[in-house]
Parts: sequence; structure tokens; C-alpha cells
Amino acid sequence: MLLLQAAAGHVDWGFIIEKVILITVILFGSLGIAMYATWAERKVAAIMQDRIGPSRAGIFGLAQPLADGIKLFFKEEIIPDRSTRFIFILGPCLAMLTATMTSAVMPWGPDFTIGGRTIALQVADINIGILFVFGVVSLGVYGVMLGGWASNNKFSLLSSIRAASQAISYELAMGISLIALLMMTGSLSLRDIVQQQHGFWHDGYFSWNFFKQPLGFIIFLTCSFAELNRAPFDLPECESELNMGYHQEYSSMKLGFYLFAEYINMFVSSAIICTLFFGGYNFPFMDQVMQAVPPVLFSAICIMALMTKIVFMILFFMAVRWTLPRFRYDQLMRLGWRSLIPLALVNMVVTGGVILWTLKK
Amino acid sequence: MDIYAILFWMLSAMAVCSALGVILSRNPVNSVLCLILTFFSISGHYILMNAQFLAIVNVIVYAGAIMVLFLFVIMLMNLNADVEPQKGQLVQLAGVISGGILFLVVLAGIKAAKVESMETKSTDIGLIANLGKVLFQKYVLPFEISSVLFLSAMIGAVVIGTKDKTPAVTTEVKN
Repeated sequence: MLLLQAAAGHVDWGFIIEKVILITVILFGSLGIAMYATWAERKVAAIMQDRIGPSRAGIFGLAQPLADGIKLFFKEEIIPDRSTRFIFILGPCLAMLTATMTSAVMPWGPDFTIGGRTIALQVADINIGILFVFGVVSLGVYGVMLGGWASNNKFSLLSSIRAASQAISYELAMGISLIALLMMTGSLSLRDIVQQQHGFWHDGYFSWNFFKQPLGFIIFLTCSFAELNRAPFDLPECESELNMGYHQEYSSMKLGFYLFAEYINMFVSSAIICTLFFGGYNFPFMDQVMQAVPPVLFSAICIMALMTKIVFMILFFMAVRWTLPRFRYDQLMRLGWRSLIPLALVNMVVTGGVILWTLKK
Repeated sequence: MDIYAILFWMLSAMAVCSALGVILSRNPVNSVLCLILTFFSISGHYILMNAQFLAIVNVIVYAGAIMVLFLFVIMLMNLNADVEPQKGQLVQLAGVISGGILFLVVLAGIKAAKVESMETKSTDIGLIANLGKVLFQKYVLPFEISSVLFLSAMIGAVVIGTKDKTPAVTTEVKN
């Protein structure tokens, strides 16, 4: 649409500059958070296993992600002789692309006004926001599949086949659990969903969707573990059976892209879970805070509230990874098809019944 | 030529080229990738017609689910360019003749079509609220019947996929 306006001659340059700044901040923000998520993961693992973890590079090992990044950049780049070269390179690019695309529809904070100009802390408010997220998630598996296939390695191929069937199986339960949530919100726009969860307490009940859809939340969370290929569902990277999995043949920054995309995905899916179920940027007593501070500061506080929730969610993902053992592949499939999908269907029917009952009253 | 027309022609060229890529490429994985690109350009057409819901559902269902299954099957069977079966001369001849006839039909169709009358009408029918209302009010019976069709397809898939319950005697292992 921006292009259309630009061609038509009446272009709002302030709007373009605002969006470009927002996109840049979100992109580098998610890259930075993903970078330090790798550090946090090693620290969490170390603490849980009574070790020290990274401590040499910088204070508390804080320069470790930088050192890792530089190391990956300078390593020799190897493209296997018998690989399909174009697709081999396309794989990590797709993984990175789909990881960073989802953040475009996330509402990061409420609107605020500077100099008569209302600035929305969201790149694009499309009326099908949650479907956009779902579309990008469903494309996310291509990076793994194509990379694993193009490597021309049996382990990689097995791993990408696993990744694909896992993603397809868990997308179903994820979608059905979302339908129950969407029946309650009545909107597909993430902005509306967040605004409906305003504050913390409304009409004698919690306003966050987590308290209205606890079962839906558990199903959604389980499915996001599977979609992220994270433990206990990290079967595509199961090193005891598949060596390294789909990125066996990758080296240098292509490997870095795959590893990094996983952490960006974790950040983005934490953000989506917080937005859908934990009120997004809303926090208790926000009305009182809104009256007490200027709007810009209020927006900043809201962003901080969302970020705090996201960090807690990421730490939860990590704690689960270092607590639970890996599932066996048939257990994973049984859980997805025989437990989660029927549960999600029951949840959907019950939610529909409750909505009908409250409508009749 | 306004910006809509430029976008339309760009997307159309992309759709046609990638569709040609599907049938012309020797490697089945490249064919699948071209088909995905085709679906994306068709989604672009939907967006031009202000049908965002259809656009995103096209991406989710076709590019995201069905093409993943296609790719899955191709990988599982490990199809490559060199294992593609070569057709005999007679089949090639038949292909040329039927393709030529189809080409004539398409040529006649293009001649009859008035390209100048093409215009991208911006309607609101593709937005999710309007589409839902039309589907569940005006066309509720066909909609439900098509869902029964899907259900029968699902049951059929389950029946085909169920393992044979009678155990084979020879494979039984006794401890």
C-alpha cells in the first residue's frame, strides 16, 4: 500500500520514516534478544546443572554471544560436493526470513501522540493478524526441510522428514486450540485481542485470556514447543539418533543462521503467547498509571511490561528444555494425534457451548 | 497504466513463469518450489482484490500444508531428476498432439477475451467478516454439504491407513 501511495504522489513521508524506524528497532531488537537468549540458555543450563557456564568472555561471560558470532563468521564455509547448491543456500535464508517475519503484526505497546502525530507501536495492523502469524509459522518448516534435503545426507534427510511430519501434526492441534480463543475474542486482529485484555480485572473476572482458556493455553504451549523443535520435542536434532540433524552438513554462518533462527523463533513465539494469553502489554493497575505519567512514558512502561512477560516465557522454555527428557518419536506422534487434537476439539465445543449459554442469558 | 495494473501484470507474469517452471523443471523439488511461488503470486492477486482472508488462507492451506506434504512425499521416496521415468515415443507423440489442441483452445479463448475490459474491482467480499456472513447465511447448505464431503474423505483416509488387524503368524516373535 505504501508503494501505491508513493506512486500516487501524495505520500506521507513521516509515516514512512516512522515505520522504517519501527521495523529497524524491532528487527535489531529481536536479533539482540535472540543473541542474549543463547547466552541465557547456557547460563540457565549451567545453573540447573550446578556449573558456572560461560564466564571467560566479558563479565559474567556477557561477550560470549559476540565471540560466538565472530567465530561463526570466520569459519571456513563448506558446501558439500553432491548437494543441490541453490537449495542448500536457500534453506538457512528461509529459516531466517520466516523467523523475523512474524514480528510485523505484533502490537508492542499502545499508541502515543507526539506533536499531533499518533504513533502506533505496531508495524502493520491487519485484520487477519493471527492468521498471518499462522501462515508464517506454517511456512517455517521449509527452511529445515529444504536444507536437510539439499544436504544429500541420510541423517539430514531423516531429520527434515521428522521436522515436517512433526510440524504438520502439531499445527492442527494448535489451530483448533486457537479457534476456541478466537470464538471468545471475535476478532483476528492482534491489536483487538490485546485491547480486549485491558488491565487485569474486568467485570468480576480476570481479563487475560489465560484465565478464560487455560486448557487452550496448555495445548497451544505444547504445540509451540513442537513447532519450535525444542526439547522435549527436538526430535529433528536428536543427536543420539541423527548426529546433528538437518544442519549436519552446514558450517560457518549458514549453521549460525539455523541456530539463530531457533532463538528468534523462541522470542517471537513467546511474544505471541504473551499477546494471546497473558494480556500483551497490559498490566494490573494500568489505568491509574496512565493518569499519573505522560503518554510517552506510559507507552514505554507498557513495552517494558510486555518484555518482562516475554523474558519470563523464554526462561520457562529454557527451564523445560533442561528438565524434561526427549520424547520418543512414536510418543510424540501419539501425544499430538491422540491427546492434543481430541482435547483441543473438546475445548472448542465446550467454549462454543459456554458462549451460547451466556448469549441466551 | 496505474499502479494496480502494473502490480497485476507483474504478479501475472510471475504466476505464469513459475507455473511453467513447475512443468518444465526436471527436478521434482524444484517443481514444488515453483508451485509454492505460483501460490504466492495468486495470493498477491487476492490482496489486489482486497480479499486478504482468501490470500492468507491460500498461503496457509496450499503453500503451508499441502506443499509441505508434497515435499514430504518427494523426500520420502527420494525422487531425483535422474530417476524420472523416460516416456516412450508414442506417449510423447500423444502428448504433443493433445498439447497442441489445448494450445488452440487457449488461443481461441484469449482472442475472445477482452483484455482492455479487465479491471481490478475493489470489493469487500473477501474480508473475513463479510465472507463469513455470506457463507453462513446465504450459502449455509452448500457449505455444510461440502464439510460432509471433507468428513467422508477423512474417514476414507483413516480406513485406508488402518493397519491390518489380523496378525501375520510368521512375524510373531516369542521370547
